[in-house]
Amino acid sequence: MDPTYDVVIIGSGSVGTPTAMFMAQAGYRVLVLDALRSNGQGSNKHAIGGVRATHSDPAKIYLCSDSIKIFSSWKGTYGDDIEWHSGGYSFVAYDKQVEHSLKDLLVIQKKAGLNIDWKTPEELQKVVHGINMQGLLGGTLSPEDGYASPLKSNFAFYTQAAKAGAEFRFNEKVIAIHIDNHKVQSVQTVKGTYHCKWLVNAAGSWAADISKLAGITVPVRPDSHEALVTEPVAHFMEPMIVDLRRRSGSSNFYFYQNGDGHLIGCQTPDPQIWGDFQAETSEFLPQICRRLIEVIPSLKNLRVRRTWRGTYPMTPDGSPILGEVADLEGYILAVGTCGQGFMLGPGVGQVLSHLIQGNLSTEEKACLHDLRLDRSFGNEEKLR
Amino acid sequence: MPDNRIKSHPILTDKSTPNIPFYWEKQKLFAKPGEMISSALFANGIHIFGHHPKDNSPQGIYCANGQCSQCLVLANGIPVKACMTAVEEEMQVNPIEGLYALPEVGSYRSSKNADLSYEEPDVLILGGGPAGLSAAIELGKLGVSIILVDDKDRLGGKLVLQTHRFFGSSEAVYAGTRGIDIAKKLEDETRAQLSVEVWLRSTALAVFEDKSVGILRDNKTYRLVKPKVLLVATGAREKSLAFVGNTLPGVYGAGAFQTLVNRDLVKPCKNLFIVGGGNVGLIAGYHAIQAGIHVAGLVEAAPQCGGYKVHLDKLKRSGVPIFTSTTVVKAIGKDAVEKVVIASVDDHFQPIPGTEQKIACDTVLIAVGLDPVNEFLNKARQVGMQVYSAGDAREIAEASAAIFSGKIVGNQIAMLLGKRQEAIPLEWAEFEAILKSKPGNMRSAPSYQKLEGVYPVMHCEQEIPCDPCSTVCPKHLITISKTDIRNIPKFPYDEETDCIACARCVSVCPGLAVTLVDFRKSKEHALVTLPYEQDAEQVRPGTLVTVTDIDGEVLGQLKVIATRKLPNYSGTTLLILEAPKEMATKISGVKIITSDRPEAFDESVDFKKLADEAIICRCERVTAGEIRGLIRSGVRDVNQIKANLRASMGACGGKTCLTMIKRLFQSEGIPLDEVTDSTVRAVFVEVPIGVLAGLEEYSFKRAGGK
Repeated sequence: MDPTYDVVIIGSGSVGTPTAMFMAQAGYRVLVLDALRSNGQGSNKHAIGGVRATHSDPAKIYLCSDSIKIFSSWKGTYGDDIEWHSGGYSFVAYDKQVEHSLKDLLVIQKKAGLNIDWKTPEELQKVVHGINMQGLLGGTLSPEDGYASPLKSNFAFYTQAAKAGAEFRFNEKVIAIHIDNHKVQSVQTVKGTYHCKWLVNAAGSWAADISKLAGITVPVRPDSHEALVTEPVAHFMEPMIVDLRRRSGSSNFYFYQNGDGHLIGCQTPDPQIWGDFQAETSEFLPQICRRLIEVIPSLKNLRVRRTWRGTYPMTPDGSPILGEVADLEGYILAVGTCGQGFMLGPGVGQVLSHLIQGNLSTEEKACLHDLRLDRSFGNEEKLR
Repeated sequence: MPDNRIKSHPILTDKSTPNIPFYWEKQKLFAKPGEMISSALFANGIHIFGHHPKDNSPQGIYCANGQCSQCLVLANGIPVKACMTAVEEEMQVNPIEGLYALPEVGSYRSSKNADLSYEEPDVLILGGGPAGLSAAIELGKLGVSIILVDDKDRLGGKLVLQTHRFFGSSEAVYAGTRGIDIAKKLEDETRAQLSVEVWLRSTALAVFEDKSVGILRDNKTYRLVKPKVLLVATGAREKSLAFVGNTLPGVYGAGAFQTLVNRDLVKPCKNLFIVGGGNVGLIAGYHAIQAGIHVAGLVEAAPQCGGYKVHLDKLKRSGVPIFTSTTVVKAIGKDAVEKVVIASVDDHFQPIPGTEQKIACDTVLIAVGLDPVNEFLNKARQVGMQVYSAGDAREIAEASAAIFSGKIVGNQIAMLLGKRQEAIPLEWAEFEAILKSKPGNMRSAPSYQKLEGVYPVMHCEQEIPCDPCSTVCPKHLITISKTDIRNIPKFPYDEETDCIACARCVSVCPGLAVTLVDFRKSKEHALVTLPYEQDAEQVRPGTLVTVTDIDGEVLGQLKVIATRKLPNYSGTTLLILEAPKEMATKISGVKIITSDRPEAFDESVDFKKLADEAIICRCERVTAGEIRGLIRSGVRDVNQIKANLRASMGACGGKTCLTMIKRLFQSEGIPLDEVTDSTVRAVFVEVPIGVLAGLEEYSFKRAGGK
């Protein structure tokens, strides 16, 4: 007799692991399946750790606000240090165009209740020592945003999920999803078959292939991004800086200094590089290093320690796809986080746990409605 | 300031004088031209370069090889590895205390050409040691275009640290020649090849998706090289060992010690203790004695030392205490090593309670084996490059084997490029296997009953690949099988020979294992000729020396009758002693070191607690106990140890700790096939953002020096 679970979650990454935790804590029998060797080995460990509620889409603002509450209260609740720091986010403007679009968004963001304001160059200089003042027009600062260690956070979610009774099976690639009468029956892996009432697809960059097994097409495809981390130096900057200027090879870039003093940064390739590539390119380091010096000239002496490449599971509009789908009972999507799985994960996990418990709040319902699979994908997220 | 420069050395001479002024914490000191900061500081008695940001513990050198980043100092305000950065005139060098402030010094000019273009040689060779150089020579002779990069300021790799004569084959790999001289020969031959471009002070950083290799050239500009074939000849790095106190300044690798002593002629300590009885530890001990350093002892955890017996015998004869089935459990000291605690180990290499002893020393050398530097090889394979490896990067063995390995691989690459037609002789591979072979069987030496004539005595009892004694004998009396040079040398003791007592065999033997016994003048007393590679001033004619047998047992005191040196055998003094007939063939060496007996260690030792306190990841100061905790909680993926404790995420990127983490899994009874390896990432050496950004004029020489 194959084992039976309330929920099977595919993927123990940024989304699947906190989802498992919330569902197990709510008393469900949860199994997490992952094709890799341990938790967080897909894209979670490639994330740089930024967590912000400052988006343009209200559903994302809502989910990430929840995530921030979970990250920021983690140490107090569970004791382990996931290196959360409310350093804030600052989108900086060095040209009129960026200034205008940021100021336009401020209106929406403030309306959504976000703590965010426009800062003068002099005010930014106080929180980012050495910022290039030449041409700086100012920028937003949202001090409640912040950053945490994706590695430590995932292990913390994993530990609490396991403590609440969730089972994790690694090295188990899903090869079939069995459906009967428009209802999910069981999941088959290379090692066994597991019955379940709910199946959560939290397979990140590989979510479309998994969904195909259930006969559901999801518009998620990975593109490749690269990141770097430097040696640690004494604290010199508080917020994550996002620079939306287009430069040769990248459409924007962002970086922050974590609690240990390391600078961590990433850029959005221009044009996008579609595919699941793992090997580092020779272009990335020179490109991002030029960008870093453009924003903080004294970074020239800071040494790059490591570089890596990972994927963003992209959707057409830059927002995730969440919740149940028509025609397949028990199938729940938690996909297409567009490189924001880490910051969305806890919020998503909490909402999906409420979904299976049947106690969604009005806001949560609105959120899932906005992010449903059969939306038009017409409103593009402006702060990807 | 103390002056710790070695003024006289039996093998090495250095005529340069320390005349480059620089400052350490505002104090004016002097360095030799081109000297690395770390050596200049050690020469001036400075061993603590700063304090670690995590636990404020003192830091100094560890690898002295550009790999570990423990020796970071601020040079004109910019963090640099002291072991890889040459002192410049008026340089302000300062310790790094915790996290340093973002350096705002240095001048830059934006590069005119922002886009990097590729250099496209036929072959890119990483590493200018024995393997890389001999491959370059083979390929250069065939006109293959080569870029050869090496991170040091001279070619030769670790050969430049080796003052002893080499083993192996005289014909194929310069056996009987000192390492430093082999380095010169290989360098000259490489430089003679017109198609070989050498980039010194250049460090490979990463291998990329487009099959290019990122290189920090001459420590200041970033270059991409996209060869048809990559040859990884990056050598080896030293393994480390977990014990309490292993991060104290004064605990460092044998390579670091040899760099200070033999390359830079700096005497880093007075009283050395060695951990590890392989060739590296044994040779380092001998090099220490040559530099006038007392060797307090050597421990080897196995029941027998794993290195060549002739190397071990050199130490034993000199009087160095050797403790087998023994390990180091603790280094004691506040800012420097003062003592080590050693203990006997059981069959599972666990220390046995009650066997602890203390030994005074000021430096502990770790020589517990080598790991191939294979990150470039692995990455190159991942991205589908045409890649080869040679020397230690491929398989850990003697430098002689690396030379031959480079020759074979060089020719294989030539075939691939269509520059060599004929197949590589099968005998080459067989010969390489012989050169690589571990020390073999013991053969007891013949008993020497003959009290007449003159003949060599071979204190050579172990099968190792070595043949110089047979190739220098002008009368061809000493023979070694040509097909297998691991055989023990033969001499026709039963016959009357025409040995002319030329003593070339005595001079050339890398193991210092040949003596010459001469009964021609008297049947009661023989003249015994011994090789001596120490300070010749100590053994002038008329001096009494204490002679020992092959195991270091004292035979008596004898007067030096005369000394001589053969031309072409520099550094080797021949001592002629008059010995009673019964002692003559037993004399094997001269005792130099007198050691105190170890002290009893009467504190109670909790080995479990000690084992947990030992630091595994030096960069991030992660203890064995923390890692064991995760393993016991069920973690089987090294990536989780990395994620949770930051082990291997420091400056060195796991070069020291990853091997030790694996050992911890094993010690917890977990087979390694259940353990997932950590993902190893570029860049493999830290590099300034300004350099990667292509800024020109990157030089801290021009720094403001605030």
